[in-house]
Amino acid sequence: MGSSGMLVRRAGTAMAPDLRTRLGNTELPNPILTASGCAGSGRELAQFIDVSKIGAIVTKSVMLAPRAGRPTPRMAETASGMLNSIGLQGPGIDAFLQRDLPWLLSRGARAVVSIAGSTVDEYSGLASRLSDAPGVTAIEVNISCPNVEHRGQVFACDAADAGAVIEAVRARVRHDIPVFAKLSPDVTDIVAIARACLSAGADGLSMINTLLGMAIDTDTMRPVLAGLTGGLSGPAIRPIAVRCIWQVRQALPDVPIIGMGGVMTGRDALELMLAGASMVSVGTAIFHDPSACARILRELEDELARRGVERLSEVVGLAHETRVAGRSLGTVR
Amino acid sequence: MMTASEHDTESGPMQVRGTVLTVRQVDAYHAITIVAPGIAARFKPGQFVAVAVGGQDTSMLLRRAFSIHDVRPDHGGTVEFVFAVSGLGTRWLAERRARDVLDLTGPLGRPFPVPRDPVSCLLVGGGYGSAPLFALAGRLRARRCSVDFLLGAASGDRVFGALTARRTGRSATITTVDGSLGVRGIVTDMLGQVIHEARTDVIYACGPMPMLRQVTALARRYDIPVQVAVEESMACGIGVCMTCVVPVIGSDGITRMVRSCVDGPVFRGEWVRWDDVGTIPFDAFGAPGWEPRAARGQRPAEGDGRRGRPVRAGQSLPKGQHGQQRHAGPARRHGHGP
Repeated sequence: MGSSGMLVRRAGTAMAPDLRTRLGNTELPNPILTASGCAGSGRELAQFIDVSKIGAIVTKSVMLAPRAGRPTPRMAETASGMLNSIGLQGPGIDAFLQRDLPWLLSRGARAVVSIAGSTVDEYSGLASRLSDAPGVTAIEVNISCPNVEHRGQVFACDAADAGAVIEAVRARVRHDIPVFAKLSPDVTDIVAIARACLSAGADGLSMINTLLGMAIDTDTMRPVLAGLTGGLSGPAIRPIAVRCIWQVRQALPDVPIIGMGGVMTGRDALELMLAGASMVSVGTAIFHDPSACARILRELEDELARRGVERLSEVVGLAHETRVAGRSLGTVR
Repeated sequence: MMTASEHDTESGPMQVRGTVLTVRQVDAYHAITIVAPGIAARFKPGQFVAVAVGGQDTSMLLRRAFSIHDVRPDHGGTVEFVFAVSGLGTRWLAERRARDVLDLTGPLGRPFPVPRDPVSCLLVGGGYGSAPLFALAGRLRARRCSVDFLLGAASGDRVFGALTARRTGRSATITTVDGSLGVRGIVTDMLGQVIHEARTDVIYACGPMPMLRQVTALARRYDIPVQVAVEESMACGIGVCMTCVVPVIGSDGITRMVRSCVDGPVFRGEWVRWDDVGTIPFDAFGAPGWEPRAARGQRPAEGDGRRGRPVRAGQSLPKGQHGQQRHAGPARRHGHGP
């Protein structure tokens, strides 16, 4: 990012900020990740950006078996957002380990593998398979799936179910691979779910997943999506992400958080970090702009430099402090 | 001006911010020409661009995908696409003016495969689905193929490129539902007759899904290979969002939900499971209850089997086999009607 470095020096009051971030035992060069389901396994994005230059690729949720997903239409554009009902279409863990993961590693990218299942056993099976695979930086557990053993209740909406999944995964995953639980905002008390995941052994939290939404075509007078409901994402949900991250950070100030939800710009990424996220995933923005991750990274670097920030840790959760401790950070002119 | 990312390959898609050269109304449609040298240089007929709409801080997040109509060498390389105003995004596009800047990715998708031998090609287009067929025609003629056009729409002002088809095609047959141009009816009404008269060896089709489905069914009856460019709604255009899937039978006989943006938009018509578009067929790879070995089926019989092979780029099409099995249509010629 040579050109952006020059930009920062010209415009800023300080040197380019240190963007390095720790994720478990891995040092990420920066805190910008892809969001699961928005970047496949990185291969398509590599046509537009250098996938080794962003913090990590969070892969599309992989399941044990191949999965065809839901019928079309699968997508509906909404104001500053979109609804998707893809249904976790994917080739299954075998193909992922054989083809996708080695490709990511060959490109020098760091891989955060998202897993999804319909039963606790499926999650633990996936965890075992990944534990044997080299090069997994972290596992993000997508618990926004219906639990077929609990009348289709979504794991992430029930503290006991969410905890059971995380416990099973943590038990199978090598201790040096961090496990992040991805939380759904569609709950009454996200802090309660967060606590359950952490007591079950989660090393960190990802938030937020999409919100359940629906659109009806007023011409056909029928639901737009074949799956009827879909997950709402995009800038429309960013205030909800900020609120969820804020609440969890307030209650559990030491937990690493990967923030996501409608991040379109570096300034949006900074907002999630101020709420408490130490890493930020970029999702829907990629559909709009395939080079969004690289652009947002440049913009974030610029935003931090303009504020005189030297290290990322200075801004993570900063909005919670009533007064800025120690050296005061510059305000933007 | 941002140019290609540094990571593109010689043939892969690029993301560019291109300057609008012209926006013009063509009958019921709009055509927009953008300076985009890299995309123009990489373009092959059948490929498309995905355009961001609404400008900076837009509330419309999904790119709009359009077949590339034409590329030209002026200004270093320009790309033109054709669209109908159907919503806020396309309305915004229609309001662009010269020197505005658009963010587009392309060229995307698999192009039309072209035959190695000089065969008789019939190009079938519905509405502005005909837009990509003219560049294809040029490429086919460069390979000394003959090109016949069969274009249709609801009305004369919605038949895109009727004049060009008449000027450049060996024959051009136009159908309109209201009879305002050419023959009253739809393209499939005339397909058998045109195939017979043009002694068609291969069909290329682009237009609405119901039309593609019918063209495929007829091509199959006449045992002619057909390449279709499907119209499935897309969101990203680059293969990451999994929105635009269609059930397609693979060379191993297994149906998969494939992405029309990267595995298509051009498919061998016979291999698209038209009856199952908009569903997950029970025997599709990864469908509920699907099991790896149990579902290995056979590709459905395709005519006499000789023509049942896929046509891939660089692969030869069967030459000059005008089947006795073809239905003889009436011997009237509509190629140059009113």
